[in-house]
Amino acid sequence: MSTELTDPAVSPPAESGSAPTRRTFIATTTVAGGAALAGGLVAVPLPGSVEAAAAETPHGSRVSLTVNGVRHTVTIDNRTSLLDLLREHLDLTGSKKGCNAGACGACTVLVDGRRVNSCLTLTVRLDGAEVTTIEGLAKGDRLHPLQQAFIDQDAFQCGYCTPGQIMSGVACVQEGHTGSAEEIREWMSGNICRCGCYVKIERAVQQTAGRK
Amino acid sequence: MSPQPQAAVGAAVPRVDARLRVTGQAKYAADNNPDGVVHAVIVDSGVGRGRITGIDTRAAEAEKGVLKVISHLNAPELPPVEGQFPPGKPLQPFQDDRIRFFGQPVAVVVATTLEIAQHAASLVKVCYDAQRPATDLAAADPAGEPETYARGDADEALDSAAVRLDMTYRTARNHHNAMEAAGLVARWDGDKLTLWEKSQATQYTAFGMSGALGMPPDDIHVISPFIGGAFGNAFSTWPHSVIAAVAAREVQRPVKLALTRKQLYFGVGYRPAYEYELSLGSNRRGCLTASAHDVRAETSRYETHIEDVLVPGRMLYSTPNVRQAYRHVPLDVNTPTWMRGPGYASGAFPVESAMDELAHELGLDPIELRLRNEPADDESTNLPFSTRRLRECYRVGAREFGWQRRRPKPRSRREGDWLIGMGMAAGVYDTARSESRTSVRLDADGTALLQAATADMGAGTATSMTQLAADALGLPMRRVTFRLGDSRLPPAAGHFGSQTMASVGSSVQDGCDKLRRQAIELAVGDEESPLHGVDPAGIVVQGGRLHVKDDPARGETYRRLLARNNRTHLEAMGSYAGAPESAKFSFYAYAATFTEVAVDARLGLVRVRRMVGVYDAGRIISPALADSQALGAMTGGIGQALLEHTVTDHRDGRIVNANLADYLVPTHADIPELKAIYIDGEDYEADPIGVKGLGEIVLVGVAPAIANAVFNATGRRIRELPIKPEALL
Ligand code: FES
Ligand code: FES
Repeated sequence: MSTELTDPAVSPPAESGSAPTRRTFIATTTVAGGAALAGGLVAVPLPGSVEAAAAETPHGSRVSLTVNGVRHTVTIDNRTSLLDLLREHLDLTGSKKGCNAGACGACTVLVDGRRVNSCLTLTVRLDGAEVTTIEGLAKGDRLHPLQQAFIDQDAFQCGYCTPGQIMSGVACVQEGHTGSAEEIREWMSGNICRCGCYVKIERAVQQTAGRK
Repeated sequence: MSPQPQAAVGAAVPRVDARLRVTGQAKYAADNNPDGVVHAVIVDSGVGRGRITGIDTRAAEAEKGVLKVISHLNAPELPPVEGQFPPGKPLQPFQDDRIRFFGQPVAVVVATTLEIAQHAASLVKVCYDAQRPATDLAAADPAGEPETYARGDADEALDSAAVRLDMTYRTARNHHNAMEAAGLVARWDGDKLTLWEKSQATQYTAFGMSGALGMPPDDIHVISPFIGGAFGNAFSTWPHSVIAAVAAREVQRPVKLALTRKQLYFGVGYRPAYEYELSLGSNRRGCLTASAHDVRAETSRYETHIEDVLVPGRMLYSTPNVRQAYRHVPLDVNTPTWMRGPGYASGAFPVESAMDELAHELGLDPIELRLRNEPADDESTNLPFSTRRLRECYRVGAREFGWQRRRPKPRSRREGDWLIGMGMAAGVYDTARSESRTSVRLDADGTALLQAATADMGAGTATSMTQLAADALGLPMRRVTFRLGDSRLPPAAGHFGSQTMASVGSSVQDGCDKLRRQAIELAVGDEESPLHGVDPAGIVVQGGRLHVKDDPARGETYRRLLARNNRTHLEAMGSYAGAPESAKFSFYAYAATFTEVAVDARLGLVRVRRMVGVYDAGRIISPALADSQALGAMTGGIGQALLEHTVTDHRDGRIVNANLADYLVPTHADIPELKAIYIDGEDYEADPIGVKGLGEIVLVGVAPAIANAVFNATGRRIRELPIKPEALL
């Protein structure tokens, strides 16, 4: 086995039913306020609830959670991480898969206001949770101050770690772990940037914390 | 034509695609979910050498949702490929039962969801007739003829040298570990193949895939607008890409295949491990008389990876007698590839460490020693340098860093448990250029679109090209769009080897100059234009308005000009021929890196406290982006010097730290304040826009600077990278 995700402890029995494909899933779930959304991408917070009617699977569970203000009720494979739910089922591909093993932070999102590695979080555990991803941070056209600070400080190069760095940074500021450059570095160290933008990420977090 | 005023070039501007990147809207390869997409997961070999004796796929195929399991037992036959870069026979997946390295793909499972594919892959049982692989560079013999170089008689000069040093240096295998894993989505439409693939050079990728699949390159469309870091490992054709294309054809659905972090350690290339024996001879004044370089590098048994590891040792310092040999040691491993500063970064560690050793031996300041050996021209080619501002790099760096506070005697500064030391090193990297084209179109609404099949792995290609184009067209940046990352665009240099700006940038400049000239000629020949009859040489364009240079009131906008002449647009094809066949000059970029480290005297832990890099990289188009690249390379260099080390279990060829928890890369807490300085100067011999390339040079020299600082702090000379705490205990 070459992949790193499947933990034998959570593997389903060998007998499995048919899981919903992404397309059937999208077709049956992206309904908000009674209207189907073209394209299936929910990028802005909408009131109301998104109801899933995906096929039941023997190893599937029904979960209701809110993502960026939109409520989703999904029947999801028990093995599906929050990261894969976002990326492969909700088409919210802003959260990135860097290691799928909790070691890089590229997948960082907020769950009930706290930063988590979504690759290590099973969706079935999130009934009732409120999830915020990078796509849900800006208010319409108005960027979150930390998003703006990343632009101002040129705090990214390839941009692949950036969604995770920003989500982590938002939490870092909220947690108040911004007393000094050292403290920011310490509390941001779960987020790897291979392009090596640390100096500027720290400045961006500093800039945002200063404005708070 | 009159030269255009410079406004955008040289200004610190935000990236043109910044908003997409900070809002999660930038689409990287695996972010694409075309209709009907299914998922593929590769099964890796669990032995390092041998043969497959059986594959049992029944359990995997019995899983609901599994569409197909492909292995050498049922895979379509692929054409044999003859490789050029590197020479050899690239691994074509699933063509026979031979295992060449641990982790080689032996099967792929395609299923409707990722979860099903992952689980089913774990159910594939593979039996092997396993042999013990040879994976240890130190224990294996080289093959083939060495690559050699010589001038003078190095051995005789070493024997008679007043001072002679003989050292052996070792550098570990490093993995690029870009944050985005290698991956792609492959979709067939009849005989045509679309690949949303992470690629530093979409046309190379199309070409490589066409060879691997036996189809015309024009039938392959590669799309790669965003790349999540690559550092050299995203332009070769790797087996997983071929696997995804084959799988998509077999199941008649688009297939998404992203390697896991673990698979990146054997699914794509890496910076090879080196052993570098180096002898230096000098007189008492520190003038080098001779050097001998015996280099051994790992490669695979099916391809010979080659890089310029010998260059720094033959041209950085004046040395009358030089002998070099570069031997390839084929092992049961996958093939290495170029990683940031390829060759040069590996060769600079021994050369720059040795210069520090010699300086210590002679009681000379390391900068003074280097200055005494500055060559008048390139002694390896006898060509003059186009530009070489290394002396200035030393001077500026020494001043900015505070080099005069360094204590020459090692282990003479202590703060509590910490031993403090300073070190420096020089760096050099080749200025590469290749043929490029860029199409330029100016529309009647006064906006411009430029297109070239280059790429951006994080340097900010679209931004810097937009800066260049905005000035050359006389438009504000917001009215210029630069498109890249698509094999259907005009052929252009790939994004590697620090050649993007010199090559593609020169074609941008050419295309914009041609277009501006067209507009100016249209105006001066138009009786209704206020510019009618004016000498074209006296006209410039600013803010989208053409005007007489010395009489700004006299002029008109592109929009008016095009509207009055009923022109929907103007267009031009910019081109750049690349480096000439026979060079009149020796073209290199240079660096001097200075650093201060603290070493815990009891634990051997090394912390970098600060670093200053000074670069002679020619003209700087985009200072903010150049600064970010340099800081990023210093960070990577800190990793190379102190952390990064791929560990192989030589009993079975398994990489034991194939993950980001055990293969350590620098994190926030490892990185202090870093400072980059680009010294002024252009190099118009190198290319029409005066740049020398900067993505690689900023890394070369970082690791030896750190090693030299560790020596200054502790008195311990560590000749092996990474410098691990146990080496300092
Ligand atoms: S992808 Fe989740 S921590 Fe790396
Ligand atoms: S910006 Fe590339 S990994 Fe952080």
